[in-house]
Amino acid sequence: MNEHSHPAAGVYLRVAAVLVILTVLEVGVFYVPAFHPVLVPVLLVLSAVKFTLVVMFYMHLKADSRVFTFLFGAPLLLAAVVMVALLFLLLGALTLRGAAGAA
Amino acid sequence: MTHAAPAPPAAAHHTSLGLDNRKMAFWAFIGSECLLFTSLISTYLVYKGRSVVGPYPHEILNIPFTSVSTFDLLMSSLMMVLALAAVQRGDMKWGKIWLFCTALLGLVFLGGQVIEFTEFVHKGLTLQTNLFGCTFFVLTGTHGAHVTVGVLWLLTLWVRALQGKLTSANAMTVEITGLYWHFVDVVWIVIFTVVYLIQ
Repeated sequence: MNEHSHPAAGVYLRVAAVLVILTVLEVGVFYVPAFHPVLVPVLLVLSAVKFTLVVMFYMHLKADSRVFTFLFGAPLLLAAVVMVALLFLLLGALTLRGAAGAA
Repeated sequence: MTHAAPAPPAAAHHTSLGLDNRKMAFWAFIGSECLLFTSLISTYLVYKGRSVVGPYPHEILNIPFTSVSTFDLLMSSLMMVLALAAVQRGDMKWGKIWLFCTALLGLVFLGGQVIEFTEFVHKGLTLQTNLFGCTFFVLTGTHGAHVTVGVLWLLTLWVRALQGKLTSANAMTVEITGLYWHFVDVVWIVIFTVVYLIQ
């Protein structure tokens, strides 16, 4: 991949329009009670799509060298795994302690 | 008659992979920043809902106000890529305009954060109030500090452009600044969802 093959301004504008629409959707589903049972997964998906769009088009990872994707993706993956592990460990420990305290 | 090829910018160095060393180093830095922000977001999530005294998130977070701040930061990212595109094609007039607009939108975001923090303190939420206050201010404050660095960086580039010291030969400098700015934007995308919308 060429390090400098960046998209045209039209692509940037279209991505911005999609980002704005997704943000409006995010705020919209927050206020609509019908979405509350699925609020968390819907918001996480919308957020992930926005994140990916910015990284792929504005940070040019779609067109740039795979080395940059690795330099960004590997720590991001590590961070995600550590976050999930931390949430399981600490939320589990805190919940158990709370249950023990209640008993 | 032969003509000498134009000399590349003095600061341009390439690695054995043929990639710009500054850009590689900056992506590695962004990777380390992912770990920093993930640790702060994880801490927020672990202590979420465990405050024993108020104010609680649903009592204090202002979603319409923060939605405008989010829109502002997304638009600043658009300005940044337009600035880079202008500098790369040698259009320094628009390069300067877009760079200034990016910094201005960054300042507007910071102003919004100052207003939000001031309002929260007036409502009784400080770093010491409860677990929510502590983790919220550390997370969003660290992000705000990154935005501040970004605004100063953008204004420095803008001044250099005004002085005529920023040309298309320095497009990589603008690109690296853009990487930093977009990273700050994607971190906010996550914070907006995790902290503000998922209460």
